[in-house]
Amino acid sequence: MALLILLFVPLISAFILMLVGDRKFSYELNIIASAATFLAGVSLAITVYFTGSMLVWHNYFFVDAFNVYLAVLTSFVSMTTAIFSRRYMKREREIGRVGHRRMRFYHAMFQLFIFAMLLCLLTNNIGVLWIAMELATLSTVLLVSLYRTPGAIEAAWKYFILCGVGIAQALFGTVLLYFAAEKVLGEGGDALLWTNLAQYSDQLEPTILSLAFVFLMVGYGTKVGLAPLHNWLPDAHSEGPTPVSAVLSGLLLNIALYALVRCKTIVDGATHTHHAGLIMMGFGIVSVLVGAFSLLRQKDIKRMFSYSSIEHMGIATFAFGLGGALATYGALLHMLLHSLAKSSIFYSVGQASQMHETQEMDKISGLISGNPFVGWGLMFGALAIVGMPPFGIFISEFLILTATIKQAPLVAPVLLLGLVVAFAAIIRKVQPMVAGEVPAGQQKIKVANLPIILHLSMVLILGLYIPAFLNNWFIKGVEILK
Amino acid sequence: MDIQITEQIIIMLAALVLLTAFAMLVQRKIYGLISLFMWQGIFLALTTAFVGYIAHRYHLYISAVLTLLLKVILLPYILRMLIIKLKISREVESVVNVTSTMLIGIALVIFSYQLTAPIRQNSAFVAQSIIAIALATVMIGLLMMITRRNAVTQIIGFLAMENGLFFAAISATYGMPLVVELGVAIDILIAAFVFGIFSLHINTTFDSLDVDKMAQLKEDY
Amino acid sequence: MKILPYILELVQVLILLVGAPLFVGWIRRIKCWLQGRKSPSLFQPYFELLKLFSKDVYLAENASWIFRFTPYLVFGITLLIGAIVPILIIDLPFSTTADVIAIVGLFAIARFFTALAGMDVGTAFGGMGSSRTMMIASLAEPAMLITVFTVSLTSHSTSLSQIVQTLTNNGILATLRPSFVFSLWAFLMIAVAETGRVPVDNPDTHLELTMIHETMLLEYSGRHLALMEWASMMKLFLFISIGKAVFMPWGIAQSGQLLAIPLALFFLIIKFMVIGVILVGFETSLAKMRLFRTTEFLGAALLIATLGMLSYFILE
Repeated sequence: MALLILLFVPLISAFILMLVGDRKFSYELNIIASAATFLAGVSLAITVYFTGSMLVWHNYFFVDAFNVYLAVLTSFVSMTTAIFSRRYMKREREIGRVGHRRMRFYHAMFQLFIFAMLLCLLTNNIGVLWIAMELATLSTVLLVSLYRTPGAIEAAWKYFILCGVGIAQALFGTVLLYFAAEKVLGEGGDALLWTNLAQYSDQLEPTILSLAFVFLMVGYGTKVGLAPLHNWLPDAHSEGPTPVSAVLSGLLLNIALYALVRCKTIVDGATHTHHAGLIMMGFGIVSVLVGAFSLLRQKDIKRMFSYSSIEHMGIATFAFGLGGALATYGALLHMLLHSLAKSSIFYSVGQASQMHETQEMDKISGLISGNPFVGWGLMFGALAIVGMPPFGIFISEFLILTATIKQAPLVAPVLLLGLVVAFAAIIRKVQPMVAGEVPAGQQKIKVANLPIILHLSMVLILGLYIPAFLNNWFIKGVEILK
Repeated sequence: MDIQITEQIIIMLAALVLLTAFAMLVQRKIYGLISLFMWQGIFLALTTAFVGYIAHRYHLYISAVLTLLLKVILLPYILRMLIIKLKISREVESVVNVTSTMLIGIALVIFSYQLTAPIRQNSAFVAQSIIAIALATVMIGLLMMITRRNAVTQIIGFLAMENGLFFAAISATYGMPLVVELGVAIDILIAAFVFGIFSLHINTTFDSLDVDKMAQLKEDY
Repeated sequence: MKILPYILELVQVLILLVGAPLFVGWIRRIKCWLQGRKSPSLFQPYFELLKLFSKDVYLAENASWIFRFTPYLVFGITLLIGAIVPILIIDLPFSTTADVIAIVGLFAIARFFTALAGMDVGTAFGGMGSSRTMMIASLAEPAMLITVFTVSLTSHSTSLSQIVQTLTNNGILATLRPSFVFSLWAFLMIAVAETGRVPVDNPDTHLELTMIHETMLLEYSGRHLALMEWASMMKLFLFISIGKAVFMPWGIAQSGQLLAIPLALFFLIIKFMVIGVILVGFETSLAKMRLFRTTEFLGAALLIATLGMLSYFILE
């Protein structure tokens, strides 16, 4: 029941917000809707925690430890983003970057996007998973182009074309998967249910599944933003409104990775080889390197952090590909922490660029003296994302690195190199922005503190100790993905 | 109808789908491109119906009607409206290097044939050999998106690619489950709308539909 | 030694010699009807040939032996092909001498010499015509060969008689295959280009900007010109015969069936009349394309031929 509420709240509120339009209270309505989604998510998580994984509504939906934690994460981050976007978008509206009609559009699409992501996570049907993924793309494309500047339109077009092409490959992979499954499970919807596929995976034809995985990897890999399919990602993140960047980076990439990992377990079950894992490791490590080295020469602040997302998604993909309990645990933790830290960074970054009315890093300085919250938020966020202890990302990266040294020692130095380069690049660029004199013309804005504080303190706490229930979840998740 | 004849017809239609894909690759006139896309939709719908007949999968008739509605009537209509609104209905696009594009296209067909070898081995149904054609259609759509510079042409390339995917589903597995097929159709429809809105934006912002004009966001090397 | 096959062979060559001008006359007549003009006699091409034969030959001062030799060669080769292609009946004595690839080669020899003769006298037009012919040939020939290969893949033989036999035995299903349809399509496009019909070339005009085949004949006169004209009429007839034999072989008499020959003759006349109507229909509805578009036209033919071949392997 909680599951259906979880899905229906964002869908219905998308319609309501479309009807309500750009009113004074529509920002608050957006927050209330997201908060209701979050509460539904929490209650679903509690049910699952006590009763174990479950199938709902004619097997159409499926919840286990792996996706429920991502669902809670998704609803939580979308709630904090809604809180953040209240002040942020009000400001954008005041300075005239967004008009009346686009505001209505923004709110409706935001909720629709959340619905699409939750549907991705909770559906049991890999065909529906594809449909929801496409829906998520379509709903964000128009959000990315919200400002209608040449840059924004170019970015959205690129995003649309590349992800459209990519996701078409994923559909072909899904067709192949269905082709193999239909022989074992018979025709009809049952052959596309993930639970069935996982159960009978060892009877599926291995050659077809390996072929299918290549297509799925290219398809969903494009959405994860893995190099060399990442070209759309920095553009889409830097040109869209900041709340959209935050959810794209913090949530959508996770969802695509989730889809990929789900498919990988089926393929692994059929082939009994490490074939799929090796492909993922390859894409992962290339993304880490490309992301890290591209960080060095960025001038635009949002662009820089989107390359950091590529790097972190690379790490998680690599870890899932590596397999094994330690690496998978690390990857699950990393997905959680990255999305918390990265979205909080985007909150600070958005406000910083609002204060300076630019996204160029050269023109931003003196954040701490100008506005301590934004300044320290960005500083701590940056420290968290590069993996400084005691922040949680240190733990997850440490776990993954340890597993790498144990299972694939030759790759470990490469991974370490990527991490070190990213560390140096981000700290070098962030430090002059937060320190220094306040430049002339820095605006005073009302900042949204709560989301940043909430996210960063969670990342910090998870670095110090992992609560028992979370630990349990991760261990269950590791078992599912074994 | 005789099963053998029906199979012959299906194979013939598959070849025609491939032919329209190639024709779209080199068609310069946007209006002609839309007509070709429409023809591809007609062949696709017919194939679906015949496969449904030969395999006694009657839900495929629904898919066939859906295809007919969406890809032969609705999408070409939207595209025509779009090019009329953009005032490019008589536009002739320069296609670079027809010969090499064609050669790449033929290479893609052979590549798809090789790639789908395991599927043919595992299939009992004769028409499943056309999955190679389906993959080739997807690849040619992709090639079209790469070689063309006009935004609307790229849209048509995208839709042609989706035709190939639908064709793959029909030929390999008698179509996906109906829920999935409906969902995909709705997605495509939304995508076409979004694409349409987009090309209007591109036209007003850049004063041209040439995607090469969009070169602002680049890495500085 | 049996004498009968040789008589049949002779009959077939006679049909070619007599039928080709008649077919051209038929085409002109329909064209006149379609354009609302009063048509000349059906036998007008004969009168033209007779007139040319009765005139003296004028040679350019610097014309070499190639120039004088070419008309006889071209005419002879065309007759030879006519003896090989099954127009009326299969398994004629000559049909074993050359298969369909050799026929393509024979046509190439004729074309080569025509092009040489065009350049021989040294006028500007002749050279231009030669270069245009060769440009078209360089694209049409590979396409033609691919078409031939595709068809012979189905019948496991490159001999035209064998192909006709296999196809007649297999019935209508044999022709409803993509490889076959594509090959037919490509063949039609090539035939149009090779025989110099609209939209590639227009045999009725002498316009220097567009003409291809006629340019090389400008310097010929008298019986030389008559032979060349006759040969080009026969070429059209032969291309249609080849297409007819490969793609719609019904009605062609099997070997040794003497009684089937009248029926075959009847089918032949009907088919040629129908093809003439279709040809004219196309020629009047199409405009001649620019010379440089012909490369694209033939490129498309090449592509379609290749697709036919590919679909043979992929689909069949």
